[in-house]
Amino acid sequence: MAIFVHKDTRVLVQGITGRDGSFHTRGMLAYGTPIVAGVTPGKHGQRFDDRVPVFNTVADAVAATGANTSVIFVPPAFAAGAVLEAADAGLELVVCITEGVPTLDMVRALPFLQERGVRLIGPNSPGLLAPGLAKLGIMPASIVKPGHVGVISRSGTLTYEVVWQLTNAGLGQSTCLGIGGDPVIGTTFLDAVEAFAGDPQTEALVLIGEIGGDAEEQAAAYIREHVTIPVVAFIAGRTAPPGKRMGHAGAIVTGGSGTAADKIAALEAAEIPVAARAADIVDLLRSARPRRRDS
Amino acid sequence: MNIHEYQGREILRRHGLPVPPGAVAATVDAAVAAAAELGLPVMVKAQVLTGGRGKAGGVKFCATAAEVRRHAGAILGLDIKGHRVRQILVTPAAEIAAEYYLGMLVDRGSRRVLVMASAEGGIEIEQVARDNPQAIHKLAVDPRFGLLDHQALHLGLHLCPGDLPRARQLGAALQKLYAAFLAEDASLAEINPFIFTPAGDGLAIDAKINLDDNALFRQPRHDALRDRDAEDPAERQAREADLSFVKLQGNVGCLVNGAGLAMATMDLVQYYGGRPANFLDIGGSSRPEKVVSALRIILADSAVKAILFNIFGGITRCDDVARGIIQAAGELDIRVPIVVRLTGTNEVEARELLAATELVPAATMDEAVQKAIALAGQAA
Repeated sequence: MAIFVHKDTRVLVQGITGRDGSFHTRGMLAYGTPIVAGVTPGKHGQRFDDRVPVFNTVADAVAATGANTSVIFVPPAFAAGAVLEAADAGLELVVCITEGVPTLDMVRALPFLQERGVRLIGPNSPGLLAPGLAKLGIMPASIVKPGHVGVISRSGTLTYEVVWQLTNAGLGQSTCLGIGGDPVIGTTFLDAVEAFAGDPQTEALVLIGEIGGDAEEQAAAYIREHVTIPVVAFIAGRTAPPGKRMGHAGAIVTGGSGTAADKIAALEAAEIPVAARAADIVDLLRSARPRRRDS
Repeated sequence: MNIHEYQGREILRRHGLPVPPGAVAATVDAAVAAAAELGLPVMVKAQVLTGGRGKAGGVKFCATAAEVRRHAGAILGLDIKGHRVRQILVTPAAEIAAEYYLGMLVDRGSRRVLVMASAEGGIEIEQVARDNPQAIHKLAVDPRFGLLDHQALHLGLHLCPGDLPRARQLGAALQKLYAAFLAEDASLAEINPFIFTPAGDGLAIDAKINLDDNALFRQPRHDALRDRDAEDPAERQAREADLSFVKLQGNVGCLVNGAGLAMATMDLVQYYGGRPANFLDIGGSSRPEKVVSALRIILADSAVKAILFNIFGGITRCDDVARGIIQAAGELDIRVPIVVRLTGTNEVEARELLAATELVPAATMDEAVQKAIALAGQAA
């Protein structure tokens, strides 16, 4: 089993007829992802690539196809609305790829999702890829391989870099998850660690963090108490100057907090080895031993 | 995006907070004239996009016109943490009976707007948080209901126990600040200090506001608040070319696709003993125009002795990216060596394309970084 997706996952794509939405929908279909519907208001009745039926609303798409998962590719101004529409239609999982969503839009949307028990991944996320099962989002399928390593990351191409090295070393993945680079996101580092810890297929974890916030520190504290499988980490942004946003809206050191040094210290205090270079992750994983619980 | 105090005060005033009058001056004469108009005594305050102005001598009390002339002259042109003072705010000096900190920010942990209030006003809140954290009262606001009356009053009473009129004023100020925060898509808003005069009037005599870059598209007024002169010229050029760029002090120019990989690349340059010249995310596209813009910005920095492309071509094909780089490099007069690392789909074809050029190919990130550092050293 992977995390967050399963054999009954049925996917709809919000923004399926847009430039990014159509391009990546083809990639998801090519990987065998069960995409059952698309949503673009005004395009009801069309078929995407003569194949996937398009609806005006998520509710219509769910009623007609039984979709339970959404992947969102709509522009930033409409992203929070799309997330809320997906939640309102009763979906269980919503993956928001859109980058550049106003932060307060997510602050306002989250209570609505929490009330309905909807899991949101992102925004500003590459999505997730469960090798051999499903691809939800934009991660390149060519770099993954089915296996037992869980990967959690706040970034896109850095994740691909690490996953590619794992695959080349013969270390396949259970699920590769990009939680998103924004300051306010649906599924946190900690949520993702918890999910992987409960997944029997996952036998080791790679955490790819970066500067800003304290999500890595919280995950480290949880791992120390609750996780028995081996965990290794990498933190990007050791050389980032304070007060500057490093691309991702969430990647910024503010008021002396959120530094790479703080995160590395917290991870090492939880006996999680931290790779100095991305290229060291494979070796750290190979030498990692199961963790014992403190209690 | 950070804005100046005088701009923040304007936002607060628009949202009904009590803000004393003031004028912005770029010359000593203008400051003296403003002080005469506003009435002495006044404060003159450096307008720079950084904290610690007071400690750096950028905030002065002036009782006479001569003092305005002297202090304004000293502050204009002052360098505060690398920020040159080009404007000062002149504002009537208020008599302070009590001062407070009122602030709020988007809190990543609670994923809500976190309101903070403290009776330790007038000093940096980070210092209070370190030395006396229990002096900061916090409340994560439920976005469905906003900052409720009783919550605002409760916070006010923490700051002014037993003084209901003042507690109410503080609570009302917090509610107005919260309304401003939402309406303006702020990520941080601080009034430090919010004061009471001996007559009991509340005044916001400072304003620090950061605005969410992601919301600029729906805040048409905000673009005019950007102080383009205070920006690094290269960073401004990059922003206008829709590139994410941060200037650093090294000699290895970095062009990377993706922010996380760009940070990891900088870190790796340092790991191998080199110094990165910049952070630059060229994004997912390999369009030659974008690569040209990025190369121009990096080449404008004369400290750059070698350029490093680190591209993980996941969905974009590496041979397309290689063609883009070759075309872009051909359009510019480039006198420094360029190392190119391309990994992913069609990487072998990409390396073959590069082999026919002067560009230096590399198979891995580590190899590329080491080659770029070595070449930067030779060029120096």
